[in-house]
Amino acid sequence: MNSISKIQKELVEEFSFFEDWMQRYEHMIDLGKSLPLIKEKYKTDDNIIKGCQSKVWMHAELEETKLIFTADSDAIITKGIIAILIRVFSKQHPDEILNADTKFIDQIGLKEHLSPTRANGLVSMIKQIKMYALAYKTQIN
Amino acid sequence: MDIEKIRKDFPILTRKIKGNDLIYFDNAATSQTPIQVINKISEYYSKYNSNIHRGVHFLSQEATSEYELVREKIKNHFNIAKKKEVIFTSGTTHGINLIASGYSNILQKGDEIIVSNLEHHSNIVPLQMLAEKTSSILKVIPMNLSGDLDLKAYKKLLNNKTKLVFVNHVSNSLGTINPIKEIIKEAHIHDAKVLIDGAQSAPHIKTDLIDLNADFYVTSAHKLCGPTGIGFLYGKEVLLNELPPYQGGGEMISEVTFEKTSYADLPHKFEAGTPNISGVIAFGAALDYLNGIGLKEIENYENELLKYATKKLKEVNGLRIFGEAKNKISVISFNIESIHPYDLGSILDKMGIAVRTGQHCAQPVMDFYQIPGTVRVSFSFYNTKKEIDFLILAINKAIKMLS
Repeated sequence: MNSISKIQKELVEEFSFFEDWMQRYEHMIDLGKSLPLIKEKYKTDDNIIKGCQSKVWMHAELEETKLIFTADSDAIITKGIIAILIRVFSKQHPDEILNADTKFIDQIGLKEHLSPTRANGLVSMIKQIKMYALAYKTQIN
Repeated sequence: MDIEKIRKDFPILTRKIKGNDLIYFDNAATSQTPIQVINKISEYYSKYNSNIHRGVHFLSQEATSEYELVREKIKNHFNIAKKKEVIFTSGTTHGINLIASGYSNILQKGDEIIVSNLEHHSNIVPLQMLAEKTSSILKVIPMNLSGDLDLKAYKKLLNNKTKLVFVNHVSNSLGTINPIKEIIKEAHIHDAKVLIDGAQSAPHIKTDLIDLNADFYVTSAHKLCGPTGIGFLYGKEVLLNELPPYQGGGEMISEVTFEKTSYADLPHKFEAGTPNISGVIAFGAALDYLNGIGLKEIENYENELLKYATKKLKEVNGLRIFGEAKNKISVISFNIESIHPYDLGSILDKMGIAVRTGQHCAQPVMDFYQIPGTVRVSFSFYNTKKEIDFLILAINKAIKMLS
C-alpha cells in the first residue's frame, strides 16, 4: 500500500511533465474520467458538498481500517480535482488522512483552485474528507 | 467614439492575465474604473480629506461643496425634480433595504407586494423579509422563454391591495430591458408605489426619472465606472417623508436630547454617520466621464457589440443563448450542450477572459430554464469586436478540451 506522501510525490512528478496549463488541465480531465463513481443510491442531497458552484457528491465507507471514497460531479474539471483527491486519500487509514498536508495541490499547479473565490469547493472537499476520517476514526477505535 | 483612445483611460486593461491580454467581459458584475475616477479619489485624500457638513474650516467646506455638487450632478443626469430626493447609499442593495424596511411600518396584513421572476436576489430577499414582518403577500410577475416579463399576467396581479411593485429596469442574468414605464403606469392606476432597480440599466441606458414617474429608483456607482461601496436612492419627496429613518446617528438629526430627538430633513434624514465622501466625489467624476463620451454613443456602440457577439456565438456548435428579448442590453447568458458553465468559465479564465458563471444571484431565472447556471458575458463600451473574436476562438478551444 502506498502512503499518502508517496502518492502525492508521484502526482507532483506526473504533473511536472506538462509544459503548460492546457496539458495539465487535459490530464486532469482524463483523471476525472477514471474517477471511482459514487453509487446512484448515495447521490443524495445529504451527500452534496456545499460551497461548490458545480455539484459534488461524495460518499465514504470503511473497509477494515481503510476509508474508501467514491464521488461524482456534474462538472468535468471538478471531477478531475476529486479524482486527484481520491487517488491521494482513498484506501488510507483515517489517521493518515487526518495527518496529511495538502501542499501538493500548489505543487501540481492547482493553487488557484484553493482560492475561496473559485467556489469550486476544493477546500470544502478536503474538509469533507477529513471530517469523514475523523468520524470513522472513532469507529475503528 | 475612439475606442483605442477610451481604452487608454483604463489602466487595468493593460494587464496580462496568465500571459494573455486581459479581456474583461464581466461588466454586469462591476465596470472598470477610468484614470479620471482613480485620480479623483487620490485628489480627495491628498487635498481636501475632511468630514463634511460640520466643520467650519476650509477643508470641510471644500469637501462639502464637492460632495453636494455630486448630488446636483446625479439630479441632472437622471432628471430628478429635487436635489433633496437624492439619498446617497452604499449601493443598490442598501437602497432596496432602506425602502423595504421603511414600508415595514406602513404595510398591513393582507397587503400585496409584486416582484418579477427576473429579479436579482437583492430585489427578492428584502421583500420576503418585509412580507414576513408585515404578513403581506409577495406575488411574482412570470417570465416567458424569451426572457420577457408577461405583462398581461402582471396586470392581473395588480389590485387595490397592491402597495408596492419592485422590478429591475434590466435583468442582470439575461439582459432583458423591462418595459418599466408601462409597469409604473399600471401600478399607479392602483395607487401602488414602484421601485426601479437600475443597477444594470444605468450604465447603458439614459434614465429620465421624471418621465418614467418612478416612485423610487436605486443604482450603484461601481456599475457606472465609479468606485464600489457607493450608490444612490431616489425617492419622491412626499414618499420619503412618510418613511421613518433607516439608521440613527450623527448627520441625520436636527436636535438631540435624552427625552426626544427630532430628525433632519431630506436628504440627511437617511444619511446617518460619516458617508463615503471620497466615493461620492469619485461617483461624480464617473458621471462626468460617461457624459463626456455620451450615453447615447455608448448605447449605440454596445448594441453593435451585442449584435456582433450574438451572431458569432450562435455559430458555435451546441451553444444556446438564454434570454433573447427584443429589447436587451449587451449581456449574453449561454450554455454549451453537455458542458457545465463552471468548466467553460474555468478554461476561459485560463486564457485571460473574465466571464461570470453560475446563477448570477438570480436562482429563480435558472430554475425557470431548469439549468444549474449559465456563462454570462457582458460588454461595456471599452470592449472590442476583436476581443469577441478571441472569445469565440477560446470557446471553441475549450469545447475541444471539455468534450
